[in-house]
Amino acid sequence: MLSILRNLDRRLIFLMMLLAVAVPILLQSRFPEKPSGLAQAVFDEIEALQPGDRVLLAFDFDPASEGELGPMATSLTYHCAQKELRLYFMALWPVGPQMISNVIQDVIRRDFPHMVYGEDYVDLGFKSGGEGVIKVILTDLRQLYTTDARGTPLNRIPMLEDVTDIRQMDLIVSLSAGTPGTKEWVQYAVTPYPHDLRIVAGCTGIQAPLLYPYIPQQLPGLLGAIKGAAEYEELVMQAYAGEDPPARYAEARRRMGPQLVAHVLMILLIIAGNVVYFTEQKRGRR
Amino acid sequence: MQRSTMLWTLVMVVAAAFLIGRTLQGEGGRGSAYVRVVPRAVDEDHPEGRWQGVERVDPAEYWRAQAADPAQTAVRWSPANTVGIWLAALFTLAVLSFLAGDNPVYKVAESILVGVSAAYWMVVGFWEVLVPNLLGKLMPGVIQAWALPGLEAEPDLSYLVPLTLGVLLLWRLAPRGAWIGRWPMAFIIGVFCGLRLVTYIHADFLSQIRNSIVPLVVMNERGFAFWDSVRNVLTVFGMLACLVYFFFSIEHRGAVGKCARAGIWVLMITFGAAFGYTVMGRIALLAIRLEFLFDDWLWLIDPNNRRVVDGATALLQSAGIL
Repeated sequence: MLSILRNLDRRLIFLMMLLAVAVPILLQSRFPEKPSGLAQAVFDEIEALQPGDRVLLAFDFDPASEGELGPMATSLTYHCAQKELRLYFMALWPVGPQMISNVIQDVIRRDFPHMVYGEDYVDLGFKSGGEGVIKVILTDLRQLYTTDARGTPLNRIPMLEDVTDIRQMDLIVSLSAGTPGTKEWVQYAVTPYPHDLRIVAGCTGIQAPLLYPYIPQQLPGLLGAIKGAAEYEELVMQAYAGEDPPARYAEARRRMGPQLVAHVLMILLIIAGNVVYFTEQKRGRR
Repeated sequence: MQRSTMLWTLVMVVAAAFLIGRTLQGEGGRGSAYVRVVPRAVDEDHPEGRWQGVERVDPAEYWRAQAADPAQTAVRWSPANTVGIWLAALFTLAVLSFLAGDNPVYKVAESILVGVSAAYWMVVGFWEVLVPNLLGKLMPGVIQAWALPGLEAEPDLSYLVPLTLGVLLLWRLAPRGAWIGRWPMAFIIGVFCGLRLVTYIHADFLSQIRNSIVPLVVMNERGFAFWDSVRNVLTVFGMLACLVYFFFSIEHRGAVGKCARAGIWVLMITFGAAFGYTVMGRIALLAIRLEFLFDDWLWLIDPNNRRVVDGATALLQSAGIL
């Protein structure tokens, strides 16, 4: 047995992992989610806003992290639309506009057709420059944004008429897969203006440990990876969607099935690896 | 050929045969994408739009539209999007084939990804940076007539400075005087150093010190808050232990040594948690790719009910009319 484990072909491990992820997807298994404090904090921050309040949604991710952040984007947009908030979408990543288009198409146009572009939501599109963009639009939005993503001048967009800078936003929601992302929003926007701006965020698993030090003073709420997305989705759907929400609002919870099985496999492999290591060490001593 | 290589090649060939067979057999449509024609730039003079665009729709919507009116063209099969799905599926498999070992199919997929990404960045850089942020500021009239009809601005000659710096930066490519490119590079480095130095001191150094000054005994309206107190004690203890570990001016012996040892434990737990998150992220990546293959390409699953149709449409489908 020990020799089998020691000489286990790595491709066999890949195959096991493939099955561990594929089988729950094919069976469409789902497990109950219990929201954590951080997911609850994100939910509460949005709940505290009043209809008509301004929310800046920064979609700083791309298709590579869509699996984790896509469900968060869907739930957050759904929650904000339910609260009748005014949504300002923007992206610091070049593929971010496609992610914005996806939620506008899948959430706003499908379930909130009464929302009017330019009055209830606007897509400011992508701007390059990373943290430089944040630094500039903190004091002057029009310095960098002359038109929205569709080419309409900002002055002709009703919900932007009286917006001069992003300090007028009531909340920033940052969905981030790297740099520039939530870290930069915390560093350049929220930290210098703690009394003007508040932020909640959703991030990939890799980024989450880097953002924990900012909790809770600089970053009140954080959705970490697909687990955070599933918890938040559960909260939003329980509060607003009733017993039978559309299937597209269960993406994150559905993706927790493969997570569970794959994590069990990982734990078993780590235990097996340690057993082999310590047994061999013991034999070596003899 | 080695026995194991032969075995894995066989497994991959069988899997590929299944996937291709699955997409070709039975009712048609697998891996297909459909679009709806939508009017663009609608105004009073052009109630049906100045031009037409398309929006992706679910297959069920196409089947419903066909059931209602077989001659309709407002919702239709999209060859471009269908090819997109097939290419995405085949490239996903090509990249995953690296798990069995390096191979030419993977190399081709990798090279195409790099090439496409570079081209995408160049195009985005031109249309999103150079045109609106530089040319649009220097000659807004020309840019408005040529590329950005919505641009409304007065010429701002201060943007000649970044234009000059940009030209100097490109001088690096010239056969002589490449050193001139160092000036704008020095400017960029200087600006970002200043920007980041201040930000890190404010947001990470000073704010983190302030955030770690917390009461070790937490009292709330209900009295002593046990778990909040435990959290604060662990935060402060963990921070101090890690700092001691990185403090090399005193030999790590005795009490200092024990504290440093505790710091190592805290660091190891942190790395473990970070690793756990990384695993979660990677599994999510694999899950979304498999979901794409099973749902969009092979139609093995339908988690979002995108292919659920009413009884009549289903009947037409089963009769082969749709």
